[in-house]
Amino acid sequence: MTEQDVPVLDVRAMSKVYGEGETAVHALREVDLLVRRGEYVAVIGQSGSGKSTLLNILGCLDAPTSGRYLLEGLDVADLDERQQSILRNRQIGFIFQSFNLIPRTTALANVELPLVYAGVSRRRRHERARAALELVGLGQREDHRPNELSGGQQQRVAVARALVTTPALLLADEPTGNLDSASTSDVLGLFDALHRAGRTIVLITHDDEVAERADRVVVVTDGVLTERTGTVAQQSSIRSRATT
Amino acid sequence: MNVIEVVRFAVAGLIANRLRSLLTMLGIIIGIAAVILLTALGNGAAQYIQGQITGLGANSITIIPRTAGGAAGSTSGASARPLTAEDAAAIADPQGAPDVAFVAPVVQTSADAASGRNTTSSTVVGSTPDYFPGSNTKIAAGRPYDRADLDEARKVALIGRTVADDVFGVNSTPLGQEILIDNVPFQVIGVLEARGQGGGLGNPDSNVLAPVTAVQSSLTGYGDLSQIVVGARSTDAQAAAESEINSILDRRHRIDNPDDRDYQVISSRQLAQVLDQTLSAFSLLLAAIAAISLVVGGIGITNIMLVSVTERTREIGIRKALGAPPSAILGQFLVESVILSVLGGLIGVAVGIGGTFIPLGDFKPVVLPSAVVLAVGVSIAIGVFFGGYPARRASRLRPIEALRRE
Ligand SMILES: Nc1ncnc2c1ncn2[C@@H]1O[C@H](COP(=O)(O)OP(=O)(O)O)[C@@H](O)[C@H]1O
Ligand SMILES: [Mg+2]
Repeated sequence: MTEQDVPVLDVRAMSKVYGEGETAVHALREVDLLVRRGEYVAVIGQSGSGKSTLLNILGCLDAPTSGRYLLEGLDVADLDERQQSILRNRQIGFIFQSFNLIPRTTALANVELPLVYAGVSRRRRHERARAALELVGLGQREDHRPNELSGGQQQRVAVARALVTTPALLLADEPTGNLDSASTSDVLGLFDALHRAGRTIVLITHDDEVAERADRVVVVTDGVLTERTGTVAQQSSIRSRATT
Repeated sequence: MNVIEVVRFAVAGLIANRLRSLLTMLGIIIGIAAVILLTALGNGAAQYIQGQITGLGANSITIIPRTAGGAAGSTSGASARPLTAEDAAAIADPQGAPDVAFVAPVVQTSADAASGRNTTSSTVVGSTPDYFPGSNTKIAAGRPYDRADLDEARKVALIGRTVADDVFGVNSTPLGQEILIDNVPFQVIGVLEARGQGGGLGNPDSNVLAPVTAVQSSLTGYGDLSQIVVGARSTDAQAAAESEINSILDRRHRIDNPDDRDYQVISSRQLAQVLDQTLSAFSLLLAAIAAISLVVGGIGITNIMLVSVTERTREIGIRKALGAPPSAILGQFLVESVILSVLGGLIGVAVGIGGTFIPLGDFKPVVLPSAVVLAVGVSIAIGVFFGGYPARRASRLRPIEALRRE
């Protein structure tokens, strides 16, 4: 099997239950999802349907209750806490709706942070972080702190931070949810460019216009995934099982 | 990810939260300074009092008559006998009291001391030359009276500082001048060293010291003794000398039950024992107060460390989401709390030791090195443990749990 053939994401019969007994919430119900290298997937669905739950598990920020999750062919459940942190550092770039920049810390230092944990030398760190900021069009803002940047600029810093380790997979949870329309198109333009450059992207959105830019659209309804429109070939890569 | 980066994150975290860092350190500083200062006070007080006791004369024993009230409840029915010259002679007999080196009978009376127009009240102490070492009396100027003065009952006197000041003028040295003691002329042959109030019973600076023979012939008559000052052969012989004195006086005063004694033996050894007990209670009290302040300081560190970690749980979540391993998170917070407690500890030591230089009346605080080591050790241990514990918990949270906390 060549590297091209290994799916970046391979999710099988995965469930997530919050809480126990009477108050248990079934946020994901035995979902399957296959994402191949270079795909740009949009995840849509109503609020509370389970989109964030899915993405958090894909980003190794949370663990599923049951089912398997293979990232680049590796079963995440087999990894210990330290190995998972390496995975988060090298393979995944995560972009949050609320940016999640470290306060009172410059844009450059924020973008450098994943490289620090990756053990990159100081000089290389500076270079790569500057290049990433340049890429998102914030070369002039590297010494600004989050509270000195607009929402759109903060999100672009967050994108730069997610990109800087050149991860295989970019995950974004409503990245434009807190942005005005001008900033939204800035950020979406970035995703388009990254997609053209061959990055694998999974993005949650409310916005149909955003979803239209993606190759595929996956709809989440009450913890169940379905593929929307699209070709038969694409349909085959999603095996969603509705629970009774 | 290396140690330098961890330390850099820790320092950046401390600087970003300057006020909180300072307040945390303040708790440690106060705790440690209090421990050092209080134990130094206790230690200084102990050394001061021990010095005072040594000043009483290391080997000396004083015998005084016990007042009638002291013998109340006496079952023997015998009336109290005063101390006499014969008592003193019996104690001086080396057969009965081999551990006694010398005996100085003392006759004491209050009298007016005057010269020209100046008059002051004084206490005349008549004794033998042995009185000087026996009472640890030191002479600032002139000479003590000697055996010849005693034998010939010469009217010579050594006067205390207060008497000299009042009668002859402040800081005067009236050697060779005449002083009238209850109108009897004495020649001043010496001035005593100033001892200050509280050096014993009464004020020794108001004393006038003269040969007992002269005092008896001109002032008191040949009656009973006010006290007998005895010198033991050595400090080690003091206890033996005391019991020899007791058995001689018990026999002479016909006493069967020690509770019925009509005299009292006071020694610096006994005083030291009593004071030692008082002092160790006092030191214990100070140590307890110090320990409490250290505990309070420790609770302060714990509290702030918990708040600090809790408040930054979200930041921890972000760092974990970006791939920080648990060891990096734990290290960052651990280094933060170690920096705080070490820095606070050092400042606390400086403040505590600096505080001991503040003048406090008669005695000087003396820093106990063991207290310094203990205080710093405890505060660092508290910082590491209570800073480390919440950091460890946070480092093990799933990133999403940490991110959800506000
Ligand atoms: N930590 C949690 N504890 C309990 N229930 C949760 C938790 N997180 C999400 N849920 C529930 O799981 C469901 C899916 O949530 P989420 O994945 O956040 O939805 P979406 O992102 O699609 O709006 C919701 O019903 C939500 O209330
Ligand atoms: Mg959501």
